Amino acid sequence: MLELNNISFNIDDSDGKTEIIRDISLTVPDNKFVVITGPNGGGKSTLARLIAGIHPLTSGQIIVDGTDITDKSITERARMGIGFAFQQPVRFKGLTVLDLLRIASGSKISVSEACDYLSEVGLCAKEYIDREVNSSLSGGELKRIEIATILARDVKLAVFDEPEAGIDLWSFNNLIRIFEKMRQSGKNRTILVISHQERILNIADEIIVLADGKILKQGSREEILPDIIGTQYASGVCSRME
Amino acid sequence: MNIDTIQQRLLEEVADLHDVPEGAYNLRANGKSIGRNTTANIDIQSKPEGSGIDIRIKDGTTNESVHIPVVLSESGLKETVYNDFFIGENCDVLIVAGCGIDNCGNQDSQHNGIHRFYVGKNSRVRYVEKHYGSGDGSGKRILDPVTEVYQEEGSTVEMEMAQIKGVDSTERTTLAELKEGAKLVVRERLMTHGEQHALSVYKVSLNGDGSSADVVSRSVARDTSYQKFDACIVGNAACSGHTECDSIIMDSGRILAVPSLEANNIDAALVHEAAIGKIAGDQLIKLMTLGLTEAEAEEQIINGFLK
Repeated sequence: MLELNNISFNIDDSDGKTEIIRDISLTVPDNKFVVITGPNGGGKSTLARLIAGIHPLTSGQIIVDGTDITDKSITERARMGIGFAFQQPVRFKGLTVLDLLRIASGSKISVSEACDYLSEVGLCAKEYIDREVNSSLSGGELKRIEIATILARDVKLAVFDEPEAGIDLWSFNNLIRIFEKMRQSGKNRTILVISHQERILNIADEIIVLADGKILKQGSREEILPDIIGTQYASGVCSRME
Repeated sequence: MNIDTIQQRLLEEVADLHDVPEGAYNLRANGKSIGRNTTANIDIQSKPEGSGIDIRIKDGTTNESVHIPVVLSESGLKETVYNDFFIGENCDVLIVAGCGIDNCGNQDSQHNGIHRFYVGKNSRVRYVEKHYGSGDGSGKRILDPVTEVYQEEGSTVEMEMAQIKGVDSTERTTLAELKEGAKLVVRERLMTHGEQHALSVYKVSLNGDGSSADVVSRSVARDTSYQKFDACIVGNAACSGHTECDSIIMDSGRILAVPSLEANNIDAALVHEAAIGKIAGDQLIKLMTLGLTEAEAEEQIINGFLK
């Protein structure tokens, strides 16, 4: 279970102090698929990065399964089972897809195990396993490899920051399937996705609308989705792909 | 063959040798040849006064290898060795060189290997050269190799050069001249640390139509070390050339990259690229979100980069 207690995050910029996240409190129970939507600049990605420990909180508390992780480093959080998929996957000259999957799994997994994760995200394993995670890969390929690194880790809380960004329609359909499979895996896993994709919102147990650093709405899919459908908070596949 | 444990360790580092190699070899330790083997196709002869060796490879020799590693474990030893390779036509061979210096004393140890390759028509040569230094003496470990490559029509040379640890000062010069249809591929990996200095100079002349060169250097400069990479490709014919220097700087390391191109023929197509920068913060963060510490993440990135 993930609990955010009165968390705030400010940055100091040329205009003085800007509040990015304003006193947010929420609870995400185990085995839930939660989607956070909202306008651009509303603080969604920042919230995801705060959970992963990439930015320190200005105030408040983050609790995972009863443990206060507020002061824990990125590494400590990762080792506790928090996974984070970047909106813009990082490229590495020299590190291969296999290297990355091995680092992700935390053990020297066999090539065939690594290939399973790649097949899962719709990549022909044989073709990709030895390729470097560098600029020779397209945005969509990198994104799928990014998701494979989350699958290779046995996470209890997976945070995906705009997983649909930069991927093609075919990959997008595949992505929905991966999410559905992850939630059905029965591994007591909580999935938190930042997205305004209607089809991702459609498979959510719970939807949170974040705007201006605050929670605007929060509730079950049945409660929230009808209100936001067709707005910028829940756009169709093609509107994003264009 | 009589070698001590330090020499054995150096041989393992520079030539992956755990035992006497198969095929032709010449092992040189502290200024003397300590072991040699020739084969029906590969002959090794000493030059007069121990100044080096001539290696002659017969036409049509394929799937054979030559190992010529050098180790220095005496402090204060300075030597310059000339090794000439005469490779016949239609060969396909592997040549493994490399030098390891262990200096526990307070005098400088230096080995300068001057290697000249005369590569016959349509032959393919893979050349692997590793440099390594160890020992905690105040004497410096110095390696100033010169490699000259003369390629006949249709020949291919692939060179893999690595210097990852322990050499205090190095000035490496590589010159190549390529005839029609010849191809040169160079992969250089370099890591400097402490106060080390490394200078790497390439001059590749593409003299024949259809010749090509691809010279790629990847390097890491740590602590207060300094590197200079100076690669020039000269296109004198209808040829294609590419040079790339990709470097990571850490701590107070410094790197000067000077890739240059000279086109003397309208059909010469030449490209150079150079990039220097520290490890990107996002790269560290990504690996940390996979459970590595910052130091482990840094090590993975560097290892991958120099692989």
